[in-house]
Amino acid sequence: MKKKSIEKGALGKVYQDGEIITRQGDVGEVMYVIQQGKVDVLMGTNDHETLLRVAEEGEFLGEMAIFDHDVRSATLRAQGEVKVLTIDKKNFLKRIHEDPSLAFRIVQTMSKRVRELGDEVARLKG
Amino acid sequence: MAASNPQSGQDKLELVDGSKVAVIGGGPAGSFASYFLLEMAERADLDIEIEIYEPRDFSCVAPGGCNMCGGIISETLVQNLAAEGINLPDTVVQRGIESYVLHMDVGTVRIETPVDEKRIAAVYRGAGPRDIQVRKWGSFDHHLEELAVARGAKVTRGRVTQISMDDGRPSISVKGGEPKTYDLLVAAVGVNSPALKLFKDLDFGYEPPQTTKTFIREYFLGEEVIAKELGDSMHVFLLNIPRLEFAAIIPKGDYASVCLLGEAIDKELVDAFLNSDEVKECMPDDWEPEPRSCQCSPKIAVKGAIQPYGDRIVFVGDCGVTRLFKDGIGAAYRTAKACATTAVFEGISEEDFRSHYWPVLRSISRDNAIGKVTFSATKVIQMLPFARRAMLRMTQKEQSIPERHKDISQVLWDMFTGSAPYKDIFTRTLHPRFLGRLCWELLASAAPVRRSHP
Repeated sequence: MKKKSIEKGALGKVYQDGEIITRQGDVGEVMYVIQQGKVDVLMGTNDHETLLRVAEEGEFLGEMAIFDHDVRSATLRAQGEVKVLTIDKKNFLKRIHEDPSLAFRIVQTMSKRVRELGDEVARLKG
Repeated sequence: MAASNPQSGQDKLELVDGSKVAVIGGGPAGSFASYFLLEMAERADLDIEIEIYEPRDFSCVAPGGCNMCGGIISETLVQNLAAEGINLPDTVVQRGIESYVLHMDVGTVRIETPVDEKRIAAVYRGAGPRDIQVRKWGSFDHHLEELAVARGAKVTRGRVTQISMDDGRPSISVKGGEPKTYDLLVAAVGVNSPALKLFKDLDFGYEPPQTTKTFIREYFLGEEVIAKELGDSMHVFLLNIPRLEFAAIIPKGDYASVCLLGEAIDKELVDAFLNSDEVKECMPDDWEPEPRSCQCSPKIAVKGAIQPYGDRIVFVGDCGVTRLFKDGIGAAYRTAKACATTAVFEGISEEDFRSHYWPVLRSISRDNAIGKVTFSATKVIQMLPFARRAMLRMTQKEQSIPERHKDISQVLWDMFTGSAPYKDIFTRTLHPRFLGRLCWELLASAAPVRRSHP
């Protein structure tokens, strides 16, 4: 029953290779969950754009927009064909207030990324 | 293993390392309860065992694997599950729904999703209808059961024949087996299972939910025809047919599911609906109501259970409290998760469930009361041609002018999809702009409009 190509009839939105899902500096009203494929996470400084990492299937992206009022900190770009599901900020926050444990996995993800950043800083300084 | 905690120095009923939990019913409520009990236990560093009792194998085609349901996973639930790390794969989602088409005798209007994305899933609870030839998609219930098993739950394929209390603990017997005692019993038997009767003899005040019958019929049309004729849209019908409250045609992979809600649904009502001009226009040209693939008349709960908890026993999903007419699987998720949170972090006594689990059920029940008012209003609109015209005109204008506020469109979207609480939907209808526009359209609809198409 495994399908080889991304099924366009199923859930989420399909982005083609190189298509921008969201851009650094944009106002974020949703977070993303990768359903299929890989997403490049890029950060730009002046005229230079650096690939921070490649996010994979099942990962959350853009979750900071749910909890702060700042703009997008990074650009998300499809690496190959990608299918992404969005989670609305407003409704999701309302549901977190009803069931705080709904935020557990996002906190877990953020915690993991803080650790990775710490490791990266240590590596660069070391 | 005792579930009271001697280390706490109190006689508190709670889950401890080695506690055994029985879950009767392996549908969404049972699988969600098992999944979240194990997940919460892991977070609390608790080692518990879970055994799911389910006689059916959901990977079988109907009726052996069917759980008799329209099979719509709401937008809210799809997002909640994604946030929980539970993504619904293409092998289970038969079709992503991106719009609703409202059919009335006065015309038809398409209501597009508020976001440019498919976030509603059409699924089969089992492996598909009776006459399925090629299995292209898997069962939704089987998928959830497998997630629970991957977390550590054990599934026993047997029908529970007796439930009793043994020294204050629930004891369960399956046909031909010895009784087994557990520290907690989670009942997730729905309202259509004979297992519901087994709880009558347990003296803690449980009374099952009040129910009404629905009607579901499956038609094989083939993937191409479905895509051409029905598309990725759920088709809903507000027709002035006596006793019919709500009807929908849901496109799946190769099949279309016809779902009816109403009073005393019988052959006459079903025939009246299927032979209506609105249904014929929606279906392929050569389609006839017969032959069909299969049909069923499952019960749905219309009023929640009384006392759906006791010491070491709790009811989740339909056999506890569910949402009125819509999003039953979403209610199964909410109640199962609230049950798991209570059992792991608060305790498993009647008082624990009353304090921490019942508020979730009560909020669903209260919302259902508002839902009844909302559905009553819909019924009035169904009966009055000028009101139907007004609703159609208002929706058509909103859908044709992109910058226009989607007042009635959002109300209808949430009503049909079950994505929002009935309270939120009702509150939106009280907005002055909504009321003003509706009043204007009611006045303007005195003159008949030309029939339009999506």
